[in-house]
Amino acid sequence: MASVELTNIKKVYPGNVEAVRDVSLTVPNGSFTVLLGPSGCGKSTLLRMIAGLETITSGTCKIGERVVNEIEPAERDIAMVFQNYALYPHMSVYDNMAYGLKNRGTPKSEIEKRVREAAALLAIEDYLTRKPRALSGGQRQRVAMGRAIVREPQVFLFDEPLSNLDAKLRVTMRLEIKRLHNRLNATSIFVTHDQVEAMTLADQVVVMNAGKIEQIGAPGEVYKHPASRFVASFIGAPAMNLMPGRIAEAGSVETPGGKLPFDAKRFSASGEVEVGIRPEDIRTADGANGVPFKAELVEELGATRLLHGNFGTTPIIVAIPASGTQYESKEVRLTVDPAAVHLFDRTTGRSLAR
Amino acid sequence: MVEHRGWSRYIPYLVLSLGVAIVAFPVYLCFVGSTHPQDVIANGNMPITPGPLFFETYYKTLFVGSSGSTREPVSTMLLNSFIMASMIAIGKIAISIISAYSVVYFKFPFRMAAFWLIFVTLMLPVEVRIYPTYKIASDLHLLDSYAGLTIPLIASATATLFFRQFFLTIPDELVEASKLDGAGPLRFFWDTVLPLSRTNIAALFVILFIYGWNQYLWPILITTRDDMQTIVIGIKKMIVTADALTEWNVVLATAMLAMLPPVMVVILMQRWFVKGLVETEK
Repeated sequence: MASVELTNIKKVYPGNVEAVRDVSLTVPNGSFTVLLGPSGCGKSTLLRMIAGLETITSGTCKIGERVVNEIEPAERDIAMVFQNYALYPHMSVYDNMAYGLKNRGTPKSEIEKRVREAAALLAIEDYLTRKPRALSGGQRQRVAMGRAIVREPQVFLFDEPLSNLDAKLRVTMRLEIKRLHNRLNATSIFVTHDQVEAMTLADQVVVMNAGKIEQIGAPGEVYKHPASRFVASFIGAPAMNLMPGRIAEAGSVETPGGKLPFDAKRFSASGEVEVGIRPEDIRTADGANGVPFKAELVEELGATRLLHGNFGTTPIIVAIPASGTQYESKEVRLTVDPAAVHLFDRTTGRSLAR
Repeated sequence: MVEHRGWSRYIPYLVLSLGVAIVAFPVYLCFVGSTHPQDVIANGNMPITPGPLFFETYYKTLFVGSSGSTREPVSTMLLNSFIMASMIAIGKIAISIISAYSVVYFKFPFRMAAFWLIFVTLMLPVEVRIYPTYKIASDLHLLDSYAGLTIPLIASATATLFFRQFFLTIPDELVEASKLDGAGPLRFFWDTVLPLSRTNIAALFVILFIYGWNQYLWPILITTRDDMQTIVIGIKKMIVTADALTEWNVVLATAMLAMLPPVMVVILMQRWFVKGLVETEK
């Protein structure tokens, strides 16, 4: 096992297209790091540079103690799981898993041993003689992971491995990857655009946007203390409500819907700001205190309900636990815990937290 | 599907049978002719049923040859044709799969220029460049040799194009997975590209074998010795125009024999052939 260290990594494609701009990142030994971001944010490019499938325009990439910029993918001691599995269609499952070892001249008995072990780990022992086309999506994904495991690499790279699976299978495989990581404790880098995958799998989430890192942190950290408006709106479902605000007096912000108190110890803000509140941090209040709100539309999700309506002039979503209460077209009052109010700089989008 | 009821459902059979008859009747007549003595055919009243001389005629055709201007037995011609057609088919496939591989998977200066140069040769079949090609072949002393018979016909833009299109459908991730698995370009070609191309190779082999088998103009130029003659030319040479009697029974037997190897190739490779044109395994 080894850590991965990226220093000032840049990728510029012909025509001066900057896919990755100046990314520095440390993936600690044995950690599970998820690169999260919308499509086109450079996360896959970054992963492919670590794998050696893309050249690095500038900066250094270190795996363990070794700078690997100029080293062939096969020599980097990494293994990669692709989105569309990339299994060799004409080889049996066994041969698919054994191929990399064979090319490295591993003795036959050793290959056999490792393939059997990995197959047992992934519960695909019964399919070893089958061709990939005779397998289901989930089984193919397991084989693809098995192919990575038998190599016993320093680092595992996952390039959106779950996006080709149906929703139910995705959850199962997600758990399985998590279990596998707990067991093998291998340094893993996982690329996804799905925040649920990121939150559930990661020790460390790296949120990327437009070729840059927006925030690095534990899943709870990026959820609770988003470093920018982008992270705030990207993580959490439904997305965080954002509205313009003005700080008129200390510890309270003027929003289109009314005055909201915020935690002045956390934020140092003045003048025009952007206010962010998570739908699940808003509560309905009894009596006359709080901001008036009328739900125009209610989405029933079973455990929770989403109320859509206007907060003053800004459309917002409120997530509340399901109950017998009727909310449609009824005026209620909303309160927000001061600790749940996030403030961002209106021009740069960065968090105003101290 | 269109469903037919009553007697109208026999109409398709009728149409199909008519089609088969139109194609098969000349072949049948050819076979019948090859089993009669030559004077029966020569007097113009061709019988409709097979005659008594099946074994004699075919023995003579295969191992002795006609008594006219070419005395070469047809078995030699068959062998020559078979060698030529196989060499052309295998050579074309080998050359074009390698060039398609380099055009698709390697980035080098003038890659597209190279591809277009190959592409342009589509417009230059042997018939068009026959004089310069003949000159070169004769300068290289390739006359009356298998090399001369096949090499000028081997370069093939069609097959290169065909393989290029196929390679473009192989997902890039497979190349990348191979790279990570430590397979270099040669290994990737041998372990992945070639096995995936199996059905395409089989389909091309059938088409190209028949193309080679049917060559007429080039072999007639490049061969002068009777023992280098291919069967297509052999048939032509057996038909004597002046002064002598054409042994029509032998000519017809030769025609029958000339049909057999291509038919065999098609039948034996039919499964692969259809698969290669219809289905892709990826």
